[in-house]
Amino acid sequence: MYKAGDLKKGIKLEIDNEPYVIEDFEFSKPGKGQALYRCRMRNMISGNRFDRTYRSGDVFKPAALDERRMTYLFTDGHSYTVMDQESFEQYQLSEEQIGDAKHYLIDNLEIDVLLFQDRPIGVSLPNFVVLKIVRADPAARGDTATNVTKTAVVETGFELQVPAFVAEGEKIQIDTRTGSYVTRVK
Amino acid sequence: MGEGATGSPRLPNLWLRARILQGIRAFFVARGYLEVETPHRVPAPLPEAHIDAPPAGGWFLHPSPEACMKRLVAAGAPRVFQICRCFRDGERGARHLPEFTLLEWYRAGVDYRALMAECEELLVHLLATLGRGPGLPWRGNVLDLAPPWPRFTVAEAFARWAGTTPAEALAAGTFDELVAFRVEPGLGALGRPAFLVDYPAECAALARRRADAPHLAERFELYLGGLELANAFSELTDPAEQAARFERERQKRRRDGRADYPWPERFLADLARLPPCAGIALGVDRLVMLLAGAETIDQVVAFTPEEL
Repeated sequence: MYKAGDLKKGIKLEIDNEPYVIEDFEFSKPGKGQALYRCRMRNMISGNRFDRTYRSGDVFKPAALDERRMTYLFTDGHSYTVMDQESFEQYQLSEEQIGDAKHYLIDNLEIDVLLFQDRPIGVSLPNFVVLKIVRADPAARGDTATNVTKTAVVETGFELQVPAFVAEGEKIQIDTRTGSYVTRVK
Repeated sequence: MGEGATGSPRLPNLWLRARILQGIRAFFVARGYLEVETPHRVPAPLPEAHIDAPPAGGWFLHPSPEACMKRLVAAGAPRVFQICRCFRDGERGARHLPEFTLLEWYRAGVDYRALMAECEELLVHLLATLGRGPGLPWRGNVLDLAPPWPRFTVAEAFARWAGTTPAEALAAGTFDELVAFRVEPGLGALGRPAFLVDYPAECAALARRRADAPHLAERFELYLGGLELANAFSELTDPAEQAARFERERQKRRRDGRADYPWPERFLADLARLPPCAGIALGVDRLVMLLAGAETIDQVVAFTPEEL
């Protein structure tokens, strides 16, 4: 159990059987008064937020969260199926739970899946993924400046800006945190 | 944070801090105050419901020098001041450190009103020492430090910013929250320092009650820019009443599962000889924050506990 004094930004708690993360935290103690722990809580499933002030003496249950390495298998367009690399158990995640990660999911990509009470609630991707370009405008003739970019589409359907010299059929590394091109991969 | 090891971004604040400490000393020395040092490690911290003294080798690190300072006044020193480190378990935030610096001063023969005037004079003196005008840049605004500073009773402040009375808030258990989240920001928005005065008697375990209004204690807090900077009392000098109040504070501590301290016998014995006096504790780190324009207390200390 956590005590009020353990609360800080990033701590994950279980409230009414749902996992919450403390997004913002402020300690106050008006003169001679009791300690007040003002928290902005975010529901890790619904994303809903609320503000609440806790006091010394309050106790909290840590959220039973588990992160496991899984392999992305396939999508039917609505849900995304992943498989636990140790137990081979398969789990489905909704499009909402996958979020922006859907731009980078190719078959057999290794991802970390966050489980709450053995239910998947979110994923975290490797910081960098390598994807193949399936469509790109040809470079304009004589365009050799390195800061000139053009639009390209990778195998997942994700569209991004790449340098003019990158061609269709080539593989590129993408930073999944920003969605931007990093380098060409031979 | 993260600047302490190499220090350079914080060093200008440490220079300012040193000048402020020197300015405080000069102010009190010129007024005939005796500078004292009292032990940091004590056997019996005064029992207060919400303040925890860290255990230290069977004794405790003092959460404030209040008990020893009053014993010195009782021993015949009418004006004493001290700048020292104080320790409070579990207090850490943008305005709190578990080890911090307090300035305390005690003056015989006056009540809390004289200390309000002395707070104004101290700030005026420090601004002059630092070569600064009365306008203090603070969080995108300018605070006007020119005295006299407005005074609000706790009842007035609750009516204005909390929409209730102190008595109702105490009954509902929301007094501290309303002070922290309504009154403090309200005072902060005035753009001037302000005194919050005359607390409900149950919020001041060591203060004298007002003779004309015994449900109120002669206590004030000084607020600057939304920061609580100082807490002062006309000191309670009645050992029997003080003992009864300590007993109530002890009961609250037991109810909340806090440590039981040994009974402060010597303090209570000396209280019988304490002349009428007033005393105040001022947070030096927060004063430096204000004068440095620092967002957090971390920026005005040499090292935070996390950096050690």
